Amino acid sequence: MSPLSRREFVGAGIGAAAGLVIGFYLPHKGESHKDSFSPNAYLRITPDNKITIVVARSEMGQGVRTALPMILAEELEADWKQIEIEQAGASTLYGDQTTGGSASIRTTWDPMRKAGASAREMLISAAALTWGVPRSTCTAEAGHIKHAASNRSLSYGELVAKASTLPVPSDVTLKQSKDYKIVGQRLPRLDSLAKVKGEAIYGIDFRLPGMKHAVLARCPLIGGKVTSIDDKESRKISGVTYVGKIGDSAVAVVADTVWSAMEGRRVLNVGWDDGPNKDLNSGAILASLKQAASKKGATLYAAGEPGKTSGRHISAEYMLPFMAHAPMEPGNCTAHFQGSKCELWAPTQVPQDCRDSVATAIGLDPDQVKVNVTLMGGGFGRRLEHDYAVEAARVSKAINAPVKVIWTREDDMRCSTYRPASLHQLSATLDGAGLPVALTHRIIAPSITGQKGQPVPNNVDPDLPDEAGPVYGIPNYAIEYVMTETPVPLGWMRSVYALQAGFALESFIDELALAAGKDPLKYRLQLLAKDQDLAYFTTTWHTARMRAVLQLAAEKAGWDKPLPAGHYRGIACFACFQTYMAEVVEITMENTQPKVHRVVAAVDCGQVVNPAILEQQIQGGVVYGLSNALRAQITIDKGRVVQGNFDDYAPLRMDEAPTVEVYAVPSQEAPTGIGEPSLPPVAPALCNAIYAATKKRIRTLPIQS
Amino acid sequence: MADITLRVNGSEKQVSVSPETPLLWVLRDTLQLTGTKFGCGAGLCGACTVHVEGNPIRSCSTPVSQVANKNVTTIEGLGPNGLHPLQEAWLAEEVPQCGYCQTGQIMSAAALLAKTPKPTDEQITQAMNGNLCRCGTYERIRKAIHRAANGGAR
Repeated sequence: MSPLSRREFVGAGIGAAAGLVIGFYLPHKGESHKDSFSPNAYLRITPDNKITIVVARSEMGQGVRTALPMILAEELEADWKQIEIEQAGASTLYGDQTTGGSASIRTTWDPMRKAGASAREMLISAAALTWGVPRSTCTAEAGHIKHAASNRSLSYGELVAKASTLPVPSDVTLKQSKDYKIVGQRLPRLDSLAKVKGEAIYGIDFRLPGMKHAVLARCPLIGGKVTSIDDKESRKISGVTYVGKIGDSAVAVVADTVWSAMEGRRVLNVGWDDGPNKDLNSGAILASLKQAASKKGATLYAAGEPGKTSGRHISAEYMLPFMAHAPMEPGNCTAHFQGSKCELWAPTQVPQDCRDSVATAIGLDPDQVKVNVTLMGGGFGRRLEHDYAVEAARVSKAINAPVKVIWTREDDMRCSTYRPASLHQLSATLDGAGLPVALTHRIIAPSITGQKGQPVPNNVDPDLPDEAGPVYGIPNYAIEYVMTETPVPLGWMRSVYALQAGFALESFIDELALAAGKDPLKYRLQLLAKDQDLAYFTTTWHTARMRAVLQLAAEKAGWDKPLPAGHYRGIACFACFQTYMAEVVEITMENTQPKVHRVVAAVDCGQVVNPAILEQQIQGGVVYGLSNALRAQITIDKGRVVQGNFDDYAPLRMDEAPTVEVYAVPSQEAPTGIGEPSLPPVAPALCNAIYAATKKRIRTLPIQS
Repeated sequence: MADITLRVNGSEKQVSVSPETPLLWVLRDTLQLTGTKFGCGAGLCGACTVHVEGNPIRSCSTPVSQVANKNVTTIEGLGPNGLHPLQEAWLAEEVPQCGYCQTGQIMSAAALLAKTPKPTDEQITQAMNGNLCRCGTYERIRKAIHRAANGGAR
């Protein structure tokens, strides 16, 4: 029995918004909801006409709690106003529940549509049987089944009992996009009201009766360990109830309040074994990337033979630093260990990984660990790690009481996982017209997956197939990956390797256009002029779609029209996570620094599920990308992360935020993702604009280093 | 430990905490008003913004003893009779993504509008520049403030 039942959560007003309730839901196979119609794990309809749709991805601001239910509701022919949503915790019913890789819409598009359509068909059958009329004379519309000939209508709620007795159809016909009523609409997010009222409950706001609070002192040196603990002063702090080692590299201070725990940690004395990295610094890390560049790489993409071409040869190197996700809600997790079971309330992108990792860490079986997924104040990939959950479970076990572990901002900045630093070597051979007959892109970077001890087949980090594909149909084209190693903890940060790959490639294409004496847009369009299908791992990139996106961005930006005096612009395009993006960045230079005024973004992500959320995501992605390009940099000195808070790791603020316009190519292709693809073109388009303004080429990020 | 009297959202609250405890944690832990957020603990991000006697302050860096017997307004008390015009405007402009920083943003904006009912772009930037948003909602925040200043119209 969990300390609070779902009913109590809901009663407490969690996330109540516009007649919608967000509850926690931990469905298990065989669980029956009395008197309800639940043909699959995503949907439940009760006789009171309440339709509950389960969201099995995590909400961190990208809008899944609105967009995913829209997909199911569309096929269900539901009345959108009747919909309530529930957040699924870690389960075995939904496949991989990881929220990442811009994949939530793409991977749930089919299951959510089928879940809605099969329920719809069963409700139609139930009505037809009730009325004794042929199925074909009944239609589903706005939460009702109607029989036009007799002017009869039954609500879904009224059909629950009958529909529950019917078999779930194995094959259903899905709607055609031209008939969509919900998908494609600018429906407001379901959770906005709670957010503006301060009623939305994030992980950090969650509370259990009798819950303690904990902060951890973690070794400031990467790879260091605890050797001694002097907690005399800590225990003098009013409210501190426990101090103890958690794992090899951290000491928990537990107290009645967050502040007491923080104060207890402030006066705690921990002796550290510095470990193997006490001389590590950023300079050495970058030098090691350069050294590794001479190694043979794994082939990511190969067309023709770039080495056997002749013409004008051009090459350049680009470099990017480590970066931190820094979501606004610092890391946290609440855990309640109770002997043979443990329940967690985790702001996590990986509920199933949390379940399994917690089980291993505290000696339980995975089915003895329940993971509830809370609302998240941003994620950007940081919450793909299970560290918060494991810490909370360990502390709860140590004190045998419910506890919430909270990270401070400094913890988040210094003890995080980071976007890998990378080096990129690009070379091209230009023909007489200045176009590349050959292009080689060598990516030299550590493997995130490899560092975590997971398999890296053929020395290709498994993220690269989503993030480093070819954009152009160049006849002799090689993309290679040289896997390196680093002790700096690595994580998947928004757009992952696509940010680095896109910056290097699209900066270099601009350099080639310049060498050819051509307009950067026209040059790219020439490279994309021929319709080609470029097979890259399991994706096939279409030059026609990239071309259309580029043309749309250029047209909306007025690329062929003159700019005001002192204004300059740059363009870039890239494709990742099966989505095509192009962006035009317009700047002025003020005291040698760029000021970005306007960004025009064009996207082809197939069918757009909710255009309002699409715009928000791309506007936000551009701003996030600008922070990355301008200033985001994590440096290492004497084995420690140098940056600590938002003063020395300073994201964009309002004074630097440009206007961002978003345009989508109309499409009925299956939807792809939009959380990440807007990032990669930002930095190269900005640096290309800076070149246009200053004739200075920036090949190392961040720009303001 | 000290007994301190606060006037939070119009009602008097007695708390017994150490006087240097930041107001943020008294609001969140003691009074369970969790609409005020912890972001940086150093007055750098504005997620913890509340009003003290109508002025926006960073509650993470304000000892509770400094606000004894003063009027504190949090997001929960901003619109005692329903939504504040800024909250309405935030919905109309579809500002929130993750939403975490938005209560602090709204509190900063409310303090601005209380003193400057028709702010210019420059005044908005100046008032809002202390509030970080990692979802990058700044442009919509600006529009929402203008909208609220315009009585709800764009």
